[in-house]
Amino acid sequence: MLAHEFMRNALVAGTAIGAASGLVGYLLVLRAQVFAADALSHVAFTGALAAAAFGIDVRVGLFAATIAVAVGMGGLGERAQPDDVAIGTVFAWILGLGVLFLAIFTTQQSAGNGTAAVRVLFGSIFGLSGFDTTIAIAIGIATLAAALAIARPLIFASLDPEVADAQGVPVRIVGIAFLVVLAVVAGEATQAVGALLLLGLMAAPAAAARNLARNPYAGLALSTAIAVGAVWLGLTLAYLEPSLPPSTAIIFVAAGAFVATAAARRLQAM
Amino acid sequence: MTTSAAIFQGLSWNVVSDVRQLFAYHFMVNALAAGTAVAVMAGAVGWFMVLRRQTFAGHTLAMIAFPGAAGAALAGLPLAFGYFGACAAGAIALAGVSADRVGSHSRESAATGIVQAVGLAVGFLFVALYHGLLNDVSALLFGTFLGISDGQTVTLAVVAAASLALLAFGGRPLLFASVDTETARAAGVPVAMLSLGFLLLLGVAVAATSQITGALLVFALLVAPPATAQRLTARPGPGLALSIGIGLAVTWLGLALAYFSIYPAGFYITSLAFAAYVGAHVATRVRRARP
Amino acid sequence: MSALELRDATVRLGGRTIWHDVSLDIERGSFAAVLGSNGAGKSTLLKVALGLLPLTHGTVRVDGRIGYLPQRRHFDASSRIRGVDIVRLGLDGSRWGVPLPSRADDERRRRVHEVIELVGATDYATRPLGTLSGGEQQRLLIAQALVRRPGLLLLDEPLDSLDLTNQGAVASLVQRICREQDVAVLLVAHDVNPILGYLDEVIYFAGGTAVSGQPEDVINTETLSRLYGAPIEVLRTRDGRLVVVGQPEAPFVHGHRHDH
Repeated sequence: MLAHEFMRNALVAGTAIGAASGLVGYLLVLRAQVFAADALSHVAFTGALAAAAFGIDVRVGLFAATIAVAVGMGGLGERAQPDDVAIGTVFAWILGLGVLFLAIFTTQQSAGNGTAAVRVLFGSIFGLSGFDTTIAIAIGIATLAAALAIARPLIFASLDPEVADAQGVPVRIVGIAFLVVLAVVAGEATQAVGALLLLGLMAAPAAAARNLARNPYAGLALSTAIAVGAVWLGLTLAYLEPSLPPSTAIIFVAAGAFVATAAARRLQAM
Repeated sequence: MTTSAAIFQGLSWNVVSDVRQLFAYHFMVNALAAGTAVAVMAGAVGWFMVLRRQTFAGHTLAMIAFPGAAGAALAGLPLAFGYFGACAAGAIALAGVSADRVGSHSRESAATGIVQAVGLAVGFLFVALYHGLLNDVSALLFGTFLGISDGQTVTLAVVAAASLALLAFGGRPLLFASVDTETARAAGVPVAMLSLGFLLLLGVAVAATSQITGALLVFALLVAPPATAQRLTARPGPGLALSIGIGLAVTWLGLALAYFSIYPAGFYITSLAFAAYVGAHVATRVRRARP
Repeated sequence: MSALELRDATVRLGGRTIWHDVSLDIERGSFAAVLGSNGAGKSTLLKVALGLLPLTHGTVRVDGRIGYLPQRRHFDASSRIRGVDIVRLGLDGSRWGVPLPSRADDERRRRVHEVIELVGATDYATRPLGTLSGGEQQRLLIAQALVRRPGLLLLDEPLDSLDLTNQGAVASLVQRICREQDVAVLLVAHDVNPILGYLDEVIYFAGGTAVSGQPEDVINTETLSRLYGAPIEVLRTRDGRLVVVGQPEAPFVHGHRHDH
């Protein structure tokens, strides 16, 4: 299996992306900001396809869009939970825009290259070049470092915002920094499992970790480990069974971990 | 980039001839008929859904519609089977989970994100197994109006008519139970039964709407027109009518624009619905500001 | 004419006797407050009157229809439903089918406006409930409870979220409705003082049973001490307020405030 370069690339890049997703995802669940990842996944899709339609590197569109929206969300501040209806309608329109760019892009390509959309929506981890992998490692390490750096004040601010603020933690800045890190990780995860599934890679290992450990630092480590494990196992399964798309396999394993831990917890409580 | 003349091919200033063009092709007639049925149904059911704050449930059901339809395609069954079957099962599951609560503010919950991801992953698996090309995924996710069969059109029309009849019959108790649950229960309204019944109806509405807008853009017809209507009026009767009216306008105009241009209907319908929603917000803000 | 009558009534719930041997007689046109500490069984009385809870012993008789205002109904700011619609739903919300224009429909619409005027809410009945204040919402909800011409009106802690001025206003409204509409009213309250001046009688739950009668006959040192089986003192302040001192804590069975 490891003889194939595409597999090696996938594993290496996937490890970096998985670790970052698991770590950031745990903080996300802790802060009850899952909807932010949902928003960014929609924006990632549209940004990537907009870039494709304009002939720019997809990654540029991905990261530009996600980071811009993340900063915007952070700028709006810690408002009360916005209206579900408003959120949903805006999301739908963002996706609609993405569909427009998809159509523009598809009609431009004389070869009818429609697979770009599938790659953006559902990932293309088996199609990564050595260069892609290097970038993934670099971004993965950078985001891991950044996330770890702000983890302690972030956890503090998430669990007890008023006390943290009183103790001089720059709650707002840390919050915005987190959203930016989240945006970058979301952009990377889009290349691995796709815009539509990245929410699963961020939420499932984190939720599983929360089922296993109450201590936030233990949870951080567990979430990262589970995410990486899901990537490895998922990629292996996809390699062994070619009809199984890798992104699907990864999500299945991650979700499976969540269900298993939830069931274990239910049994323990009885 | 393409010029606007190239974007809108065949569109002229003569509205009559434009409209006549729309009806020239059978597939377009089907699309308009199906779109009408769906818009009416989504406008009515969606009005109650927004009132009951169950938009999250609608979104989750849409995430189940996609693998349902993809699975049906894989199994060689008519797509409608997959859509309606999956959404009905999903509705019953949701009813079991949320018991009696009207509206669940669970956008934060990791569980809903996971369910969504798994649903989409399964759908992608089915499409991949079907050796489906981009078109299939794109159609299921973002809608298509090109390949709507006669059978589909008839099914949607019947389903829409039945839904409207059900809503006409149970609308008053449903309204009562939605806005004033305790008093309704004390007055003898079967609140729990209505909740389950409504979730099933919502599943059916989601399944129907997904066939026009695709699973990801369901919100455009199921949420935006009702939310717009509720912004504009608090009265139930006119509100319902307005919701249906906006849905119809958005669908017809969106389909017409998509016919004459090279861009997909999903984009037009979503954008028009969003524009209406924003417009209502702005209008009410202005109305409120005026002394 | 008696609107609500209990004879030697006992209620058991979840293996626990909430109250026993309760007898009372509330006449039409009488304004009664239901008092007692948390968990003593105040809301239970309402549930018994509504027929939602069966008696383990004794009889309950209700004459005529019942209008019911459940506890803690607050419509948040995003509620778009109008007061007039809520009242209308109280009248025919449980009927199936679409209301068609007809003479009966006109009659119903007239009744809705009549009862809204009765509670003095005509000015704001067509605004969304979410934009109204607590006192305004409460008036419309009382109108909803009255729209079917009940003989007995049950109000479960309606004054909870209101300020003192509004409490007095609502109490005054209730008293007027009692007299003019010949309705018996049972109002569950935590503090009797804001409404003391409007009451005809008091039903006090304590020590597993209840005593009813005129306020001064029930809320005094002897009666309450006898009821609680513990030394209770009832003091009257200079401005006429009653203060009950020495109430033992009600047995804490459930952590849920609504379980009386």
